[in-house]
Amino acid sequence: MQKIVQHLAAMAAVVLVGGLLSATLVRLAPGFGADEQQLDPRLSSESVEALRQARTRDSDIPRFYLHYLGRALRGDLGESRTLNRPVRQLLAERLPVTARLVGAGLLVGWLCAVLLAVGATMARKPACDLLATLVAGLFLSVPAAVLALLFVFANAPAYLAIALVVFPKVFSYTRNLLAKNYGSPHLVTAYAKGVGPLQILVWHVLPVAGTQLLAVAGISVSIALGAAIPVEALCGIAGIGQLAWQAALGRDLPLLVNLTVLVTVITLTANWGSSFAGHGLKAREA
Amino acid sequence: MRRVRQSAWLLLALVALGSLGARLWAPADYATQFREAPNSAPSYQHLLGTDELGRDRFSRVLYGTRISLLMAPAAALLSTLLATLVGGIAGYLGGWWERTAMAATDLFLSMPWLFLLLAVRAMLPLNVSPITSIAVTFLLLGLLGWAASARVLCAGARGLRDSDFVLQGRASGLRGFRLLAIHVMPNLKPVLLAQFWISIPVFIISEANLGILGLGVSEPLPSWGSLLRELESFTSFGFEAWKLVPLALLVLVVSSFQIILSVDEVHA
Repeated sequence: MQKIVQHLAAMAAVVLVGGLLSATLVRLAPGFGADEQQLDPRLSSESVEALRQARTRDSDIPRFYLHYLGRALRGDLGESRTLNRPVRQLLAERLPVTARLVGAGLLVGWLCAVLLAVGATMARKPACDLLATLVAGLFLSVPAAVLALLFVFANAPAYLAIALVVFPKVFSYTRNLLAKNYGSPHLVTAYAKGVGPLQILVWHVLPVAGTQLLAVAGISVSIALGAAIPVEALCGIAGIGQLAWQAALGRDLPLLVNLTVLVTVITLTANWGSSFAGHGLKAREA
Repeated sequence: MRRVRQSAWLLLALVALGSLGARLWAPADYATQFREAPNSAPSYQHLLGTDELGRDRFSRVLYGTRISLLMAPAAALLSTLLATLVGGIAGYLGGWWERTAMAATDLFLSMPWLFLLLAVRAMLPLNVSPITSIAVTFLLLGLLGWAASARVLCAGARGLRDSDFVLQGRASGLRGFRLLAIHVMPNLKPVLLAQFWISIPVFIISEANLGILGLGVSEPLPSWGSLLRELESFTSFGFEAWKLVPLALLVLVVSSFQIILSVDEVHA
């Protein structure tokens, strides 16, 4: 329990500092104070003054950030300048789209990676292993944006592009892990005693590898979220990846800060969730 | 495996030599326009055809490769230096320093790399001179890519801090940065080199991602990222296969780095 509280406190600290850091960077960006709205001749002098005051409040980073935190605790995440809509509404609309895309990509990527790694290791043929490694290495060398473009061109589902970004990283880790486990003395003895390969895999290899693979699960969420930006931007999918892209180009401070905090929370939760699950499994084994 | 590794080294050497001598073998400058022949197919005069502005694609590939292959190692060097400063020193000093440095590292690592890179790049001016855009792109890669290496270096330095020869050095009167420079840093060299080599393909791919999204090196200067933007206007693979040459080159070079690194890992 104490460990969970410690982790939550650390997570809150990282999120707060991350949000402040991104707010500072956006504030220091050139052209931050410029606002085309102020040049609109239809606006009255009072409206222009109100806009100017809102800008002044945002230009003071600590003040802006404290103001933002106070409102966020009440559930108000501010309004997007580029899209002129409440950030909360935008996130509520787009988060499920990205969750589905990233979720499907992770599922397919992990399935392909684990199946190929198990197949290549169990086959015990250098040619199979080399072929599988070459396939994974090929996808590791292709930028996510190129994969997204190729999938747009081929009219294929975008989640497959995310799956292909996740697949090589999970494959190489899983393959190395399985190869190491298969080389351990007790498995060599089991083989010598005539235990079947499937039994060895299910009873001896996967339970040991499972706990270590959980550590990669958290990291793969971060990889998939990163890949969601070019995939959503180039495939025209209205998720948070595309929103981040638009916010960055439009220097939309409230939106960018919220997105940074949101993505950081998701990544940290995934990392610590997989870490806790790994510890739990290890404790049960012990 | 030795032959595969040798082939990878050979390919990298050939590509590096070819791009470094771009001025010698390129039929034209990367910005020279052949206005009478835009979007032309490969010919004797233009080996890979011309782009939509009539620029010789082969020359642009050579110059673009030179930029990517020179700047990615420069960014890798910067990120490794930063990682040494943050991770190496924190691991050596330990205690509060190590905890603070690792908290900062965790902060960087908790934000997806491309997300962070994209946001920071977009915060800087987009409308800059081509040379500045190269500097900004690769400087950012170097400045933001240190976190993973810092963690590895911190672990390495921590291990060295408690080693017998460092304790002996301390007992013989060596203190602080002198001990760090004489005993710790030389022993961290293999880890530093590994982190440097690992960073190069990562930065090449990141630059390509930024370039395709329009946040990389500005026109008319070519880089692999900006050359790959041409794929956006693709209509068919079969008839315009020569447009895939920059992609093929990038994949070959990055794969060569992966092969060399994986073999090194096996030997380690």
